[in-house]
Amino acid sequence: MNKIKYLKKQILTTAFISKEGHIASSFSALNMIYVIYDKILDINLKNYKDPNSNVFILSKAHASLGLYVVLVDKKFFDILKLDSFCHFNSYLSGHPNNKIPGVIANTGSLGHGFCISAGIALGKRIQNNYGNVYCLIGDQETLEGTTYETASLASNYNLNNLYVIIDHNDSSPINIDCLENKFYHFGFHVESIAGHNHYDIKNALSVKSDKPVCIVSHTIKGYGIKRMENNPNEWHHKSPSLEEYLEMIGELDNAPTII
Amino acid sequence: MRQQLFSTVENILNKDDKTVLILGDIGVYGFRNSFKKYPGRVYNMGCCEQSIISVASGLSLSGLIPIVHTIAPFLTERCYEQLKIDFGYQKLCGNFVSVGASDDYSTLGATHQCPADVNILKQIPDFQICVPGTAKEFDILFNQSYDNGNPTYYRLSEQKNNIDVDVEFGKANIIKKGKLFTIIVVGNMLNDILETTKNQDVTILYYTTLSPFDKQTLKDNFEGKKILLCEPYYKGGLDYDIISSLYPKPVTIDHFGLDRRFPIY
Repeated sequence: MNKIKYLKKQILTTAFISKEGHIASSFSALNMIYVIYDKILDINLKNYKDPNSNVFILSKAHASLGLYVVLVDKKFFDILKLDSFCHFNSYLSGHPNNKIPGVIANTGSLGHGFCISAGIALGKRIQNNYGNVYCLIGDQETLEGTTYETASLASNYNLNNLYVIIDHNDSSPINIDCLENKFYHFGFHVESIAGHNHYDIKNALSVKSDKPVCIVSHTIKGYGIKRMENNPNEWHHKSPSLEEYLEMIGELDNAPTII
Repeated sequence: MRQQLFSTVENILNKDDKTVLILGDIGVYGFRNSFKKYPGRVYNMGCCEQSIISVASGLSLSGLIPIVHTIAPFLTERCYEQLKIDFGYQKLCGNFVSVGASDDYSTLGATHQCPADVNILKQIPDFQICVPGTAKEFDILFNQSYDNGNPTYYRLSEQKNNIDVDVEFGKANIIKKGKLFTIIVVGNMLNDILETTKNQDVTILYYTTLSPFDKQTLKDNFEGKKILLCEPYYKGGLDYDIISSLYPKPVTIDHFGLDRRFPIY
């Protein structure tokens, strides 16, 4: 899909100009973020704070560039604003904050976004408000104990308006296998999908259950750029040189459809 | 003060349907009436304090006013990052009421003691801190501030003063005026200070709201060159507020409070 190529080029360009950003994480999460905004959330700049709106929280907040380019695509703010990414006086910080149009939670320290999402889901329940809460966490983020504390709470209170999506891009140095089983036994409805396939992502996010939903999304860190896929640790937090930037843009141009 | 907490919060739950009470498996029996009357707004989430604070911030984002209650070290030190980021950084409305101030639980070991709560919360910008000296003062301060849009910590102690002061959130009270020097006394230490200084010509300023700190009352009533700062937690929690209030006037601060050391068994 050309849209994803186009958004990836924006991410690369923004990271190249700013000399900042977590490109590889953004590339593993981009397809999910895009499908959530394009097919699921049904929100815009005017209604995203409405109590009955769907909510998205990016808990793996270092993938902020993946979120920002989608927010630009969905007209939450102008593309020119990307030029200020990580500037001292810009609200487009390296991790999202609620000054950014379209963002409702400040994230960055792992292990917070999922719990905040559960609180919003419970708040919707208490106030009889519509809308679901979708939260994207990293696979290594499950090492933060609050993830499983909140899994217990979400299951206990049957928060079936809560969807947690795990970007399982094998970034953890510690064994975190069997995420599907873990969340199943916490009492979640679990879906296991190919995380770069828009059809799979949309189907999983469209599931209705009487339980909270966990989507384990199998992805590749740096997806679409061999240099990053082959060496994800080097590219965890790195800005490309001019030569690397041009090579990566060329690789995207020449790649078959990337979805 | 604990009994007052149960009735104050029950009254708030009754009058404000935006309020939600969350317990960390503490005070469950005391709040039994609230559980019966407001089953959809009273939760015992067990001992997962960090997640409770973050969940509370989500409730706040959804438009509700959370009130969280558990033992002081588990409510503050254990959840410091959640208080800092989810409430401080996001500037959300939330109320955190502790029990077991400083060494109230002196026989339970340092795990259950919390003489640093005020000192650490002072480092979170715009995080409001109340240290009432009596049950009635807690009721007044809580009702005045629980829905003002900021996160607020209320430190409840088993030690209380014999007299109720007509406190107001954000304001210090002038207990008496004298010329020798100025005493700043916090919360439940007022009793002892009144007793030991009853024949002395000193100014006594009584602080029950520590953040925001009432600089003006101190500036207007500072007598002498010395301040005796009396705090029921680790000494020095208000040093920066005092020095910055009086700047550039020099001031010497003597401290009466808890030393930074663990209990010796």
